[in-house]
Amino acid sequence: MLRGAIAGDAAAYHRFLGAVTPYLRATARRQFARMPGTGGDPEDIVQEVLLAIHLKRHTWDQARAIGPWIAAITRNKAIDMLRRRGRQAEIPIEDVIEQLPAEPVSAGEEARDVDRMLAMLNPRQRDIIRSVSVNGYSIREVADRLEMTEGAVRVALHRALKALAARYRSDAK
Amino acid sequence: MRTEELINALVTDEPSTRKRFDFIMAFAVALGALVAGSLFFVAIGFRPDIDQAVRSVPFLFKFVVTLSLATAAIGLCSRLARPGVPVKEWSYALAIPVILLALAVLAELMLTPPSTWAPSLIGSNSRFCLTLIPLLAIGPLACLLLALRQGAPTRPGLSGAVAGLAASGIAATFYAANCTDDAPLFVATWYPLAVAMVVAVGYAMGSLSLRW
Repeated sequence: MLRGAIAGDAAAYHRFLGAVTPYLRATARRQFARMPGTGGDPEDIVQEVLLAIHLKRHTWDQARAIGPWIAAITRNKAIDMLRRRGRQAEIPIEDVIEQLPAEPVSAGEEARDVDRMLAMLNPRQRDIIRSVSVNGYSIREVADRLEMTEGAVRVALHRALKALAARYRSDAK
Repeated sequence: MRTEELINALVTDEPSTRKRFDFIMAFAVALGALVAGSLFFVAIGFRPDIDQAVRSVPFLFKFVVTLSLATAAIGLCSRLARPGVPVKEWSYALAIPVILLALAVLAELMLTPPSTWAPSLIGSNSRFCLTLIPLLAIGPLACLLLALRQGAPTRPGLSGAVAGLAASGIAATFYAANCTDDAPLFVATWYPLAVAMVVAVGYAMGSLSLRW
């Protein structure tokens, strides 16, 4: 499926990401079960890994099995995440209390990290990502709404996703 | 944001136009060698007695060592940049130049009288060796680090260090054509020192710039 997706088949890519997600979720939950009290939600890892898979999909050698590639990316991102949580554990208690009421909302398949990262992007990048994700707009619809060319929206969306990944990265330092 | 919504955004993003990583890596090696080669031919050049040298075994042996180092390190480097690819065999391959050089030193120690050992070790070009190899390695190292950024190295520091090894292998291959010291004792003393400097720089830059 990823082979088709790399060749440009969007439907195959959608199926591929959809099929990988339950595996990522199971792995992430196991990681969290092993590290009790780290806080956050396993879904944060799931979303960060999906983003990494997306941006690094050309590093998968198509002659090899895809399992080890996904497992290595997941492991790497889980370590980043735990590092991030470890550091957050040192922030003042007031900040934690402030965040607590929001905690129960992040049940199931929703994650809060990504919203925190999105909040750090510039407004236009945030707007474009939200339009195609939450609102499910197509490139053309976003282009019409923002009065940009479709090409410009494509470039902006790709840059926005890279910027989002960079936010996760600097947060893990 | 729900995960399904994030997937929407990823699928909407344009299809990957990136080249496969092997091509990126091969391009980086070629460009790095070109940069180092240009610098070599413009500013350094062959040693004066190159005509006789190409018939001398110790001179040619230096290239066996430097090229095997470059090959093993480039292979390992491109594997480190792809998640989930086993690196074991290629990390063993790094031992090849070390073993070759060790055997050559042993041969020199057995075949030459002890009185020549010290002069052969000190040589006459150690300062050039320690400056020209790192200088020639700058271009290849930059190219390799840029290529690694396109990849996904799960161990940034190590990947940077191996890129440093690969860059020194390329640099040392050119430098060896200029250096008039062919004794294995010289090569085994000064080349590794020069390589270590490049590796240290590669490690530091890798740790800083190769996270993704």
